[in-house]
Amino acid sequence: MKRLHMALLAALVSASPVLADEEAELVINGDLHIVTRAPAAPHLEGHLDEVISGWVFRSDETQALQMDDFDNPGMVFVDRAMEVWNTVDGSEGKSCASCHNDPAESMKGIRAVYPKWVESAKEVRGIPAQVNDCRENRMGAKPWKYEGNEMAEMEALITLQSRGMTVDVAIDGPAQSTWERGKEIYYTRYGQLELSCANCHENNFGNMIRADHLSQGQINGFPAYRLKNTKLNTVHDRFKGCVRDTRGVPFKPGGAEFTALELYVASRGNGLMIEGPSVRN
Amino acid sequence: MASGVKPRVKVPKTAAAGEAVVIKTLISHEMESGQRKDKEGKVIPRSIINRFTCDFNGQNVIDVTLEPAISTNPYFQFEATVPETGEFVFTWHDDDGSVYEDKQSITVG
Repeated sequence: MKRLHMALLAALVSASPVLADEEAELVINGDLHIVTRAPAAPHLEGHLDEVISGWVFRSDETQALQMDDFDNPGMVFVDRAMEVWNTVDGSEGKSCASCHNDPAESMKGIRAVYPKWVESAKEVRGIPAQVNDCRENRMGAKPWKYEGNEMAEMEALITLQSRGMTVDVAIDGPAQSTWERGKEIYYTRYGQLELSCANCHENNFGNMIRADHLSQGQINGFPAYRLKNTKLNTVHDRFKGCVRDTRGVPFKPGGAEFTALELYVASRGNGLMIEGPSVRN
Repeated sequence: MASGVKPRVKVPKTAAAGEAVVIKTLISHEMESGQRKDKEGKVIPRSIINRFTCDFNGQNVIDVTLEPAISTNPYFQFEATVPETGEFVFTWHDDDGSVYEDKQSITVG
C-alpha cells in the first residue's frame, strides 16, 4: 500500500512539469486588460464551456514577453510594416496610406470581424486576400505570398489596431455555408496519424503532447511571433504546420479550405479579445 | 550595408535622485555573422553592430563590444544610477562605419 502511495506521488510529481500560471492575467503595457477566458459561444454547446486564449498555456517567461510592447519581438515587424504602409509600390503610384491614411483610424476593428463575407467578391475572405486585392487591383503591385513574411507583418500592423477588441465573426447569412465547411474540416481526421483539429484542441487542451502544452488552438493572437522560428506567423501557416504534423498533405494557404477553417476557428474564439501580435513558443 | 536598422530605447521619464533605473534597448539589425554562405556558396560578408555605448551627461554608463555570434536584433537591458536630471545618449557602431544614435531625457525630482 505504501509502495502504491509512493508510486502515485511520483506520478503526480512527474505529471506537473513547469507550466504557466493559469490564473495569470494579461495586462499589456500596464493598462490594456485582455480577456483570456470567456464563456463559449452558443454554437459550441456540447463541445466547450469556456474558451481560453493560447496565452494562458504558455510559460511565465513567454507570457511576460507579450505584456510589454518593448519586450514583444513582434513589434519590430509592426514597425517594419508601418514603413511599407507609407511606401509607394506598383504601377499606380500608390501606397496603402494613399487611400487608407492612418491605420489607427482606418483599420480599427477590422481584425475582430475577419474572415468575413465580402459582397463584391461573393466569397468569405481573410485579411491577406483583401490586402492582395488592393495590391493587385488598386496599386498595380505584385501580390504577396499569402502566408509570407511581408503579409504576416502587414497583417500584424492591421491586427494591432484591433487589439483589445472582442472577436466577433459572423457565422450566419452568406457566410454560413463557408462556416459549415470549416466546421466539417475541423472535425475531420487528416494524415497518417488520423488526427482532427478537435482531437488535440477540443478533447485534450491542457494536456501535454510530448513536451508541448496543448492549447485550444485559438487564433485571436495571430499573427503570432513564435520563439521557434523568430518571426511572425500567419494563421494559414500554422494550419499548414498542424496538418503536416498529422503527416497529412496540407491545403493551400489562402485556398478555400483554409479560409473556411479560419472562419470556423475564429468563431470558436468569439468572446475572446484580439491579442495580435502575440508571443508564443 | 545593413537595411532596416532602427534603434529603440525605453527609459523611465522620471526617477528619484540616486535611484537605479532599468533601461532597455534594442536595435533591429541583421547581425550577419560572416560565417554563412549564399546559394552560390560564396561567403556573405560580415555586417554586425560591433560596439554599443550609453552615456549619461557625458559620463560613460556602459560600453559593450559585440561579437559575430550575437543574434539578430541585439537587446540590452541594464540598470543605471541616476544622480540628477539629464540625458542618456545611446550609440550603436555598425561594421560599415554608420553610427546610430538615440537620446532620452530623464527628470529627477
